[in-house]
Amino acid sequence: MSPVERVLRGLAITLVILFFMFPILWILLMSFQTNETILRVPPSMVFEPTLINYRSLITGKLQTAAGSLEIQFMRNLWNSLLLSTSSVAVGLLLGVPAAYAFARLKFRGSEDIAFTLLSFRFAPPLLVLLPLTIYFQQIGLANTYIGLIWVYQLIVLPLILWIVRGYFEDIPADVEYAYRIAGHSWFATFRKIALPLAKPGIAAAGLLAFIFAWNNFIFALVLASADKQPVTVGALAFVTASGIQYGQIAAGIVLSIAPTFALAIYAQRYLVEGLSLGAVKG
Amino acid sequence: MNQPVLHLDRVDKFYGEIDKGVHAVKNINMEVMPGEIIALLGSSGCGKTSTLRMVAGFESASRGRILINGREVQTLSPVKRNVAMAFEGYSLYPTVSVRDNIAFALKSSTVDATETGRLVEEMAEMLEISAILERFPSSISGGEQQRVSLARALIRQADLYLLDEPMGQLEPQLRTLLRSRLKYYIKSRNLTAILVTHDQTEANALADRIAVMEDGELQQYASPDQIKERPANLFTGTFVGEPPMNVFPARATVVDGSVQFELAGGLALRYPEAEFQESVRQQIIELKEVVLGVRPYAVKRREDGAPAQVMVNQWLGDQTHIAASFADETIVLVEHDRVRLSDGDTIAIHLEPDDLHVFDPVSGRALSHGRSMA
Ligand SMILES: Nc1ncnc2c1ncn2[C@@H]1O[C@H](COP(=O)(O)OP(=O)(O)OP(=O)(O)O)[C@@H](O)[C@H]1O
Ligand SMILES: [Mg+2]
Repeated sequence: MSPVERVLRGLAITLVILFFMFPILWILLMSFQTNETILRVPPSMVFEPTLINYRSLITGKLQTAAGSLEIQFMRNLWNSLLLSTSSVAVGLLLGVPAAYAFARLKFRGSEDIAFTLLSFRFAPPLLVLLPLTIYFQQIGLANTYIGLIWVYQLIVLPLILWIVRGYFEDIPADVEYAYRIAGHSWFATFRKIALPLAKPGIAAAGLLAFIFAWNNFIFALVLASADKQPVTVGALAFVTASGIQYGQIAAGIVLSIAPTFALAIYAQRYLVEGLSLGAVKG
Repeated sequence: MNQPVLHLDRVDKFYGEIDKGVHAVKNINMEVMPGEIIALLGSSGCGKTSTLRMVAGFESASRGRILINGREVQTLSPVKRNVAMAFEGYSLYPTVSVRDNIAFALKSSTVDATETGRLVEEMAEMLEISAILERFPSSISGGEQQRVSLARALIRQADLYLLDEPMGQLEPQLRTLLRSRLKYYIKSRNLTAILVTHDQTEANALADRIAVMEDGELQQYASPDQIKERPANLFTGTFVGEPPMNVFPARATVVDGSVQFELAGGLALRYPEAEFQESVRQQIIELKEVVLGVRPYAVKRREDGAPAQVMVNQWLGDQTHIAASFADETIVLVEHDRVRLSDGDTIAIHLEPDDLHVFDPVSGRALSHGRSMA
């Protein structure tokens, strides 16, 4: 590569990064400013950084022009964490064995069942939600963590099932036969041979499912009241009677994307590997 | 007579629908006795692996019965058949070390850890893979993977060992060494094994009996000597043996008390009637059109023989292979001395009636071997 080419390429990459990162950077900057400095005309990059937004989020006291307001941001953050983690845990527990069954046992109707599970992803969530709300109220699951985790399976389970199933299908049957023929049970084969081989796929599916669950808005909006709501819904509280609290929203966004962001960076390797390579490499 | 370890009774295998799909194995009957080593020989795609997989239980037989130690196993899962298998594609477990790959074959409930360790070391030593025990399958060579796969099969206590081309990837020296160790291992423990191979030397050296397959059918199932001296049909005759048997279409007649075979190109081989058994002679004459087969090492050069022109003369270091044009075809001779012949030289070829194999050109069935009936 000639020096000119290298410079051009560097420039292009910088532009792309700037384009995609700018909103995030801007939000990061906003989170350290008060509403006044954010809204001044013309906007400027120069300001006196303040931690007031973060402080009010963490203490739960929102300062508006109309006075002090109680918010439950930390509670929401905790809810998000709890809901996403438990949903993914339940999803993996149910989805991975199911994926194995779909991959290995070709029983009658298995394709149809697998597809039906996937089709939950195409259905508009509201279509599912309206009847569900009524059922949940009748059986006492409305506004409970268990009920929410259950509904979250609609997001998590198909994702895990389909990604992990592909992984299990990629494992040559003979590798499992080799273990089976030595007198090992079906379950031992699943645990000792199939699971370790599908690990990258399971990790990738789990991560994606976590991010999807974390970003979900509509289920919790309808089914949960304030004390059970995740950040995605809780952020609505920043739209107050006396205007929108841009600074606090920005700080809230920063805090709420931090876990998924950190997770994605940490697991980037697994994600790329898990989603692009087969289970058994040549 | 004791019971066979394996009995295949009219076994058919179709991939896909019965009578519609790929007919990979056709009506095979076969018995393997305790302590026997059987070599399964045949060209690529003839159904060797399919047969082994049915025995192991990874494929179901479309028809027929499979009995292991007298027990019908068609409906039994592989786990319950107590057979060991070395897979054609190795099928090692990618996530564990070579050592564990081998050790996984032993159930921890039946063999304790120190004993397992000892057995693995022993097996690794025998197959020359001690140095790679801690490595992972993805970081060892094809030949090493193959030996790991073989070790994994042999280390088990099984009623029957199914070895699908266990040494195909190895160089001749190592193959020869391991072949004798493998034979010693199997024989000294009185194990029973079926081994698929493309290498006839291997089949001859290891096997008590050879099963020759072609196109899904069992062509012949007999000792190496039998197969060499009394091939059941044209396929076995030409498939087994290196270099392959020479074959010539011929028209058989009786002229003035001699049996005469007219070959292409106006050549005729003539033998006194007395050289053939009465029944053989009758059959040959009755059929008239036959195929003559003769092994390359049985082709002699003699002053009064039929003429042939040398095409190629190769000294292989321990034997000479001469290819000559004879009766519009090519005949190959093997001699043990270095022969000074150049291309185009004329030689005189003599075929002893003892060395002639006569086949039916239509069915390929052998009629006679030498002077006697097939
Ligand atoms: N799963 C399958 N589905 C359909 N056809 C198959 C399947 N497995 C094997 N066959 C076909 O059955 C025939 C026999 O295959 P098999 O693997 O038994 O041959 P083989 O004798 O082991 O050959 P090789 O020496 O190349 O290993 C072939 O024609 C092959 O194409
Ligand atoms: Mg094969």
